Amino acid sequence: MLEEVLGAALRTGGEFAEVFAEDRRSSSAVLDDGRVEELTSGRDRGAGIRVVVGDTTGFAHTADLTEDGLLAAAEAAAAAAKGGGGGTNTVALTRRNGNRGYAIETYPGDVPKARKVELLTRADEVARSVGDAISQVSVSYGDNRRRILVANSDGLLAEDDTVRTFFAVSCVASGDTGMQTGRESVGLTVGFELFDLYDIDELARRAADRALTKLAARPAPSGQMPVVIASGGGGVLFHEACGHGLEADLVSKGASVFRDRVGQRVASPGVTVVDDGTMAKEWGNIAIDDEGNPAQRNVLIEDGILTDYMWDQLRARKEGRPSSGNGRRQSYQHLPMVRMTNTYLLAGTDDPDDIVASTEKGVLVKHLGGGQVNTATGDFVFGMTEAYLIEGGQVTEPLREGNLIGNGPEVLQRIDALGDDFAMGPPGTCGKDGQGVPVGDGVPTLRVSSLTIGGTAA
Amino acid sequence: MSEDLLEVADRVVAQARAGEQVEAVVVRGTDTEIKVYGAEVESLSSAQSQGVGIRVVVDGRQGFAYAGSLDESVIAETLAEARDNAGFATHDEFLGLAEPDGVPVQELDLFRDALESFGPEDKVALAVEVERAVLAADPRITGIESAEYMDGLSEAAVATTTGIRSVGRETSCYVATYAMAGEGGDTQTGFGFSVGREPGELDPGKAAADAADRATRMLGARKPPTSRLTIVLDPWVTAQFVGLLGYTLNGDAVLKGRSLFAERLGEGVASPLVTLIDDPTDVRAYSATDTDGEGLATRRNVLVREGVLERFVHNAYTARRAGTVSTGNAVRGFKSTPSVDCLFLTLQPGPTPPADLIADVDDGILVLDVSGLHSGVNPVSGDLSTGAEGIRIRGGQLAEPVREFTVASTLQKMLHDVRAVGSDLEFLPMNAAGVTLVVDDVTVSGS
Repeated sequence: MLEEVLGAALRTGGEFAEVFAEDRRSSSAVLDDGRVEELTSGRDRGAGIRVVVGDTTGFAHTADLTEDGLLAAAEAAAAAAKGGGGGTNTVALTRRNGNRGYAIETYPGDVPKARKVELLTRADEVARSVGDAISQVSVSYGDNRRRILVANSDGLLAEDDTVRTFFAVSCVASGDTGMQTGRESVGLTVGFELFDLYDIDELARRAADRALTKLAARPAPSGQMPVVIASGGGGVLFHEACGHGLEADLVSKGASVFRDRVGQRVASPGVTVVDDGTMAKEWGNIAIDDEGNPAQRNVLIEDGILTDYMWDQLRARKEGRPSSGNGRRQSYQHLPMVRMTNTYLLAGTDDPDDIVASTEKGVLVKHLGGGQVNTATGDFVFGMTEAYLIEGGQVTEPLREGNLIGNGPEVLQRIDALGDDFAMGPPGTCGKDGQGVPVGDGVPTLRVSSLTIGGTAA
Repeated sequence: MSEDLLEVADRVVAQARAGEQVEAVVVRGTDTEIKVYGAEVESLSSAQSQGVGIRVVVDGRQGFAYAGSLDESVIAETLAEARDNAGFATHDEFLGLAEPDGVPVQELDLFRDALESFGPEDKVALAVEVERAVLAADPRITGIESAEYMDGLSEAAVATTTGIRSVGRETSCYVATYAMAGEGGDTQTGFGFSVGREPGELDPGKAAADAADRATRMLGARKPPTSRLTIVLDPWVTAQFVGLLGYTLNGDAVLKGRSLFAERLGEGVASPLVTLIDDPTDVRAYSATDTDGEGLATRRNVLVREGVLERFVHNAYTARRAGTVSTGNAVRGFKSTPSVDCLFLTLQPGPTPPADLIADVDDGILVLDVSGLHSGVNPVSGDLSTGAEGIRIRGGQLAEPVREFTVASTLQKMLHDVRAVGSDLEFLPMNAAGVTLVVDDVTVSGS
């Protein structure tokens, strides 16, 4: 049937056609204000069909997975792409599945709902027990199982079955200085065994501690100073400072400060940035991307030199090179585009304690929030949700939240220390052009010699 | 018409068992998205989607399930899941569905037949026109990152065992572009858009001119020195701040101890120049809607009047728990239970045009855009810090462009530091209107 659908998609002269079918089941549970508010179950199932003619892509999707439904979508996509030619197309498919290299131990769908609810109430109790100043707690659990099938007119047929499990605790602490918040989350591309790998009590305590610590925090400074990012605090710095700017779709439109820079020095010596969809169990792990290409480990910057961009099928096809396995989409209702998977900076050789001790005055960011970048100018921001002042090489007072702002190409050249303590950070959702996909990131302890801190203090 | 959606919802509700409250939300949408590049179609997507969300409340416990399909067997499975899920929730005496409250639904002109008869070639032509116009607007425009046309026709029905039966439909469309300008190795960007209920309301020329203007006026921008000064917010920026403020006034945040203003009804929380209104019945608003996510009539609510906090917004649950009535502010898609939020916020405009406001600022910055609002603003603590770019103001005159700096304060302080509200009112593709706003004593962090 897939062969026939692809044939129909090419009937108006398309050069490339693809069927992407998806069946996603998800479940979530939320505890807030001391009550399990609700459990939610969801099901999304459908197929997206695209047809490429020259530089034009036509796309249609349907929730009707019968042969009639798929043929109708194929015709709609072909009409949208509007090729000139015609004729009969035959497509022969060869199966080529990705290999994840590990197995899901416990499918969350097989776990009793009561067991999931127990985790919520346990985390709530632990977080509240950390201090009387903890005035509110919310806990959320989520899992999803996403089965995809990709078939295209190049003869590719690939399937994947991905399970992700997620847990987060958010606390509010109240005191004389007002309210502060602390959040911790864990998420992996695994089943319910997530809870064998992480201790929920510890997670809840850390979230509560973060909120309590900030009750005593002073306003963050303003102006430029050295910034130390703690190991595992989140690689969102690199995700924003260079990750998005290395996506081939933006590069090809000239909308990246890293255009025409391959082979050139773009970062300090010792800086090696990798995007790696094969990283076992991590939140951005994929066996195949959403165009059926196997996940890869792609070195983007090696020892400070820009080595390559990230590619999807469409952009790679134009350049006559293979995809790097970075074609991803939020769901069957979306077109794929170049996206990151797990993006991280390799460890260096410095002692993390020495990095702080050798910083006269600066800021230590232990936990990062989200960020945003303008890839054309390179200006980017990212939030600090747990940060401290460094004075005389010592970590002193906690700081209130704020953004840091910098320019990607400048910041990459200002990395002057790299710790030997690499760790992955919390799970993230990367938004681009209205589509969200799960991504991971990681960094060792590192120092940027100068960044602008967006606080209010002198 | 959308009546068939209401019939689907009715059929779900009819399956309620004794002692059960059941609510069904059924939606359907048709969306077209066209991107052009180099006067050619880069991509054209067109598709219909649908979904159902089912909420079951039994013995003060709530369960929910959804599916992206209106297939009868899928709906039956979804109802069974929602029912099963309810058994695991905590009992809450205030839980329950909305009930008809007698507030009449205002008929708003949100649906236009003209959208359905506007063909794909015409849509492509609009996007191509935007790209052509932006490239021709200024010799310093070097290219575009995107030029697109989008439209949507959405229908929704809500039915409950408590007697709610609501149905509505609306159309919307826009053109948008993101342009790049270059000069002497410097690259800057700017966006422009035009929004309407039907294509005839779109102004591709304005979208292109705005994008070109925003990009070129930033050329040569430098990092400003760190200082405390007065900022003038472009309507686009004001609307984003006002949207954040909405969170602090929602009944759920208030009841659960996550609002800065929880205990402050009747108190002065802002400059007397600040009057904040939530009015989704304003048909000029992109987010205008005649019914809320629980099927109740939406209404105009004054939240802050001349600086004094007057009201929080509620859905059926938060209202019941707070001992009041819903303000018609339930917000939801079919994939979730209703939350509560402001639907269309407006700061009441003042008497002075923006140019006069700028002329009155001795040393300041006109902030044209902000970034990282989600990471730099904590609506629970009120801490606020965002990336920004704009134009320096010196002696009442616009001077050099500035970028790569942050503006920081707290939500509480900023509300009191409002020096003036402009007379301009802009309707934007978001749930708040924009107006020029002058705020004193903000920390600008740069070099």
